[in-house]
Amino acid sequence: MSEPVVRVENLRKTFVVPERDAGMAQALKSLIRRKTRQVHAVEGISFELQPGEVVGFLGPNGAGKTTTLKMLSGLLYPTSGEALVLGHVPSKRQRELLRRITLVMGNRNQLQWDLPALDSFELNRAIYRIPHQQFREMRDELVELLDVGDLVRKPVRNLSLGERMKVEFVGALLHRPQVLFLDEPTIGLDVTMQKRIRSFVAEYNLRHGATVLLTSHYMADVEALCKRVIVIHHGRILFDGPLSALGDTFAAYKTIGVVLEDGATNLESYGDVIHRDGDLVTLRVPKAETSRIAARLLSEQQVLDLTIEEPPIEDVIELVFAQEA
Amino acid sequence: MSVAPYPEVGRVRSFLDFYATMIRTAISSQVQYRVAHYFYMLGMVAEPVIYIVVWTTIAKAHGGSVNGITAGQFAAYYIVWTLVRNMNVVFGAPYWEWRIREGELSGQLLRPLHPINYDIGWFAGSKFVNVVLWIPIGAALYAVFHPTLSPTVLQGVVFFFAIWGAYFLRTFIQSTIGMLNFWTTRGAAVFDLYMTAELLLSGRLVPLKLMPGWVQMISNFFPFKWTFFFPIEALVGNLSTRSLLLGLAAQIGWTIGMVVLFKFAWRAAIKRFSAVGG
Repeated sequence: MSEPVVRVENLRKTFVVPERDAGMAQALKSLIRRKTRQVHAVEGISFELQPGEVVGFLGPNGAGKTTTLKMLSGLLYPTSGEALVLGHVPSKRQRELLRRITLVMGNRNQLQWDLPALDSFELNRAIYRIPHQQFREMRDELVELLDVGDLVRKPVRNLSLGERMKVEFVGALLHRPQVLFLDEPTIGLDVTMQKRIRSFVAEYNLRHGATVLLTSHYMADVEALCKRVIVIHHGRILFDGPLSALGDTFAAYKTIGVVLEDGATNLESYGDVIHRDGDLVTLRVPKAETSRIAARLLSEQQVLDLTIEEPPIEDVIELVFAQEA
Repeated sequence: MSVAPYPEVGRVRSFLDFYATMIRTAISSQVQYRVAHYFYMLGMVAEPVIYIVVWTTIAKAHGGSVNGITAGQFAAYYIVWTLVRNMNVVFGAPYWEWRIREGELSGQLLRPLHPINYDIGWFAGSKFVNVVLWIPIGAALYAVFHPTLSPTVLQGVVFFFAIWGAYFLRTFIQSTIGMLNFWTTRGAAVFDLYMTAELLLSGRLVPLKLMPGWVQMISNFFPFKWTFFFPIEALVGNLSTRSLLLGLAAQIGWTIGMVVLFKFAWRAAIKRFSAVGG
């Protein structure tokens, strides 16, 4: 196996936040004696990313995803532990590293608001010291991939959210980064725009062999892009492995879809009926009993069709998040 | 297979390239809002016009001058003041809080260039627009108040460098104070204190020559007078060649000192950055 692109070892981040009760008396009291509390955002996580991997980084709000991404991109100093990205310590913010990574955050604008995106691209060329020829080639490639030909000539403030996100991607990738940290890149976008961003990330990964660490609350993003997922909750890693194995680990059930001759038949004795649509009935059954229940259904009922499925990834994630770390 | 990063353009060339691009970008952006910008500049003229009216009235009432400064010299001082004030507009200390809160700093930290470069480049670019917009304002003030102004070539050259020296010095003073925002959200109080000190000790409110001796003495221990009083005096005063050159040297010395102080403050501040704004 080649050298990992990202190596994280027992990484921790603790924030010290001030707190006080409401009211003027408490406000005055806080002037004299300021109360603080420690928030353990990330609690000793470890993982590695190999070159070219696209990994989903999942967790509920406040789980520590964004804090981790910010530590890996050099925005935050870790409280303890070690992080290496492309062999560099991110918190040192060395130029050699910053030229090879990017962090894209959904709903965050890094382009000049009043000017066409082309002007911001030009500025990025100067900042990243990209030779003119390579800059033009990369810019044109990204503009074509994201189909933003005319948009880059409009002032950024006149673009819709989805259009802005696409030109943000162009700006963030002009320096051809090898590591992409994507924090909710499709948040707030419509379904078509989400698909476009997804296919773009996949294509960029394919063309440039980039390593991608992606957080998203849209499971469609994760399913489309990531073979591997890391699940974080309360600052700790709960799962790190293939997406396909997530259900095996966390979901204690499967779903059986049966099409009956008579859709009104009562199937409560076989499992939980979670959906009924005409003659199609969907049952939730304990994983260990799936084959036995399926056999019973086939022998005892007039079954026209039967399918056994893993639970939807959204449901599995919901189960994961419901667990205590 | 991973693609290798792009080769880098040379350090000096790319540094100049960045500043040229940033200045062009700033000019383009300022031009977008030229009307609003112009009204802002007109608003800024109110302060010196009040000073001119007050001091010329006092001078006339005192037989033509106050402490040897004539009405025409007051007019010259405050008309040049308007240009120096525009040159002294920099990224202000309180805006560091906004920059942190809105996530702008996070975006800048991701790039392989210190954020102070964006401020220097951006505000330097805006000066080109400011100066063009200032010309008719300066001409109108000249026509109305009849200043006594006949600088030598050397004074003009020193003035050119002095206004840029003032710009760099004030940038680093404000940015160093701005670092307080990494420790407290109540930095505004410190900034108000700074503004008061600057107002009194820089020559912004009153030419320093009119201040009591002890105020003039105190002003020598602070950098403020090199941001207002010196550039103005370089053009309108009677400074000797030696004083003019020593003034530029003092500006450079104070700027280097503030750069060192800023770097020290930045190193400590950035470790406290919690990237709350995104």
